[in-house]
Amino acid sequence: MALEALDQPKSPAASPAAGSGCASGSCGSSADKLAHLPEHIRAKVHNHPCFSEEAHHHYARMHVAVAPACNIQCHYCNRKYDCSNESRPGVVSELLTPEQAVAKTLAVAAEIPQMTVLGIAGPGDPLANPERTLATFRALSEKAPDIKLCVSTNGLALPALVDEICEHNIDHVTITINCVDPEIGAKIYPWIFWNNRRIKGVKAAKILIEQQQQGLQMLCDRGVLVKVNSVLIPGVNDAHLPEVSRVVKAKGAFLHNVMPLIAEPEHGTFYGLMGQRGPSHDELQTLQDACAGDMAMMRHCRQCRADAVGMLGEDRGAEFSNEKVAAMDIDYAAAMARRAEVHAAIEANRSAQQQQRPDQPSETFVPITALLDGRKQRQPGSTTAAAPAARFAVASTGGGVINQHFGHAREFLVYEAASVDQDVDVRFLGTRKVDLYCAGGDTCGEAEDALADTIRTLAGVTGVLCSKIGIEPWDRLEAAGLVPNGEHAMEPIEDAVAALYRELLAAGRLTAPPAATALSA
Amino acid sequence: MAYRIIDSCVNCWACEPLCPSDAIRPADPPQVTHFSIDARACTECEGDHAAAQCASICPVEGAILDAAGEAVNPPGSLTGIPPERLAQAMTEIRAR
Repeated sequence: MALEALDQPKSPAASPAAGSGCASGSCGSSADKLAHLPEHIRAKVHNHPCFSEEAHHHYARMHVAVAPACNIQCHYCNRKYDCSNESRPGVVSELLTPEQAVAKTLAVAAEIPQMTVLGIAGPGDPLANPERTLATFRALSEKAPDIKLCVSTNGLALPALVDEICEHNIDHVTITINCVDPEIGAKIYPWIFWNNRRIKGVKAAKILIEQQQQGLQMLCDRGVLVKVNSVLIPGVNDAHLPEVSRVVKAKGAFLHNVMPLIAEPEHGTFYGLMGQRGPSHDELQTLQDACAGDMAMMRHCRQCRADAVGMLGEDRGAEFSNEKVAAMDIDYAAAMARRAEVHAAIEANRSAQQQQRPDQPSETFVPITALLDGRKQRQPGSTTAAAPAARFAVASTGGGVINQHFGHAREFLVYEAASVDQDVDVRFLGTRKVDLYCAGGDTCGEAEDALADTIRTLAGVTGVLCSKIGIEPWDRLEAAGLVPNGEHAMEPIEDAVAALYRELLAAGRLTAPPAATALSA
Repeated sequence: MAYRIIDSCVNCWACEPLCPSDAIRPADPPQVTHFSIDARACTECEGDHAAAQCASICPVEGAILDAAGEAVNPPGSLTGIPPERLAQAMTEIRAR
């Protein structure tokens, strides 16, 4: 199973991560670092929801499940991927032929005009199925040239296919790299299939790591934008991931996405069955902050399915089954024109939001704390702020604004606000998934339990921002020590977070740090 | 002389493109629920590869049997943890 995404500009030397040997924390401000980004790279990530935290509020993506086979075993993966109810990488409802994938992509791009990106991420490894993967890309680059193409891979077959990836105009590549030490790798990857043989243990991990690193280097040398995904596995690679971050940054990776291990017995994975635990919100955030000193970090990943469709927080895949797509009558040229119109409107909207905040950089396309922190010279987790930091959960369906009813939220975006030099610094920490509290109808008997779960999930959060909230959940949140707020509906998220933070600060409600340092997103 | 895929197959497709004899058939639900090997076509990869390709990439222990009916990948062979060590390994992993 591969996890996610890609890009392809030129000039690796000009890329921000091209590794001058200078850690981001030590060579000028983050803003300076971003200024070095070539314009064509800015353009590549500006509307890619998986490469840009800001873009993911506005744009949609989809994965097509054309790549079933895999050439390695990861202990967090179960090759029995056929499932419609689970949401995690490597799971799909139906496999597609390249022809079906092209039809589905064009249908989705017509129905969801916010779509900018088509990725192939499994359910196996896309590069272990090169014919199917490349045939899909080839057809789409002809029929929907405005759609960015992405591929995710475990990296084993990458060096052999780098040239073809470049030929097919693939914009972004994501490599899942969990380690650079074969001894650690042997605890994650029990075997690989290599040169027509199964190879096990440390020897297998060594080959995989070599191929990953070589592939990463080759892509960066050709100017392809590379994101590195790492699965945080407590007790296995947690202490090792800052080293991974350093190494991949030095090779030229653009962005590092540290994701929490998903391991439940019912998934049937080795880790799930053996009782390996996943990280807490705290452990994840601490590690992301530790790696952030070395490179841009992604914190908005939703670890989506290999057939996900829509905005990152949603999955509309069920609307686009093979059967339904076959019945659709679509004017492709009109759909592409409409996409262009919708994208222009989104950009106008983004510009308008930006103009309301003239103190901020016009381009916040890198989803990193370093960016926001650098603006105010504040380090992640810094306690030099005059007032304590506080965390806020936000209900949003996208657009970068607070626009979702509390009871309809399936996830909350978590932000941290802190007072710095008379100003309020707001940074994005991550997302927390919750069960739907208000499903309506006959599920209401279970609402109370779901609400209790939601409140538990929001541990460490001070305020909850949503467009509306019912009286009963309002009371329950207050009783749990949370501050519900529905007064900032349709306002830009960061402005609303800052406003609520100021309000609570002025009211003296933030004086006692709520065990803040121990909390996480 | 042929290998056989049994019903613990999870239909992951890994074996199908590797077979030098084109002997592997995908599932065809609802009648055929898992992949199968055409016994007349299977050569156990003799003359093509040192090891049978399907059994060298299959991720499921016990899902492929050799001509004698023995699992080519017996329990513990793919996880790297022999059955007698399973309990101990689980204790170690749970302590992480």
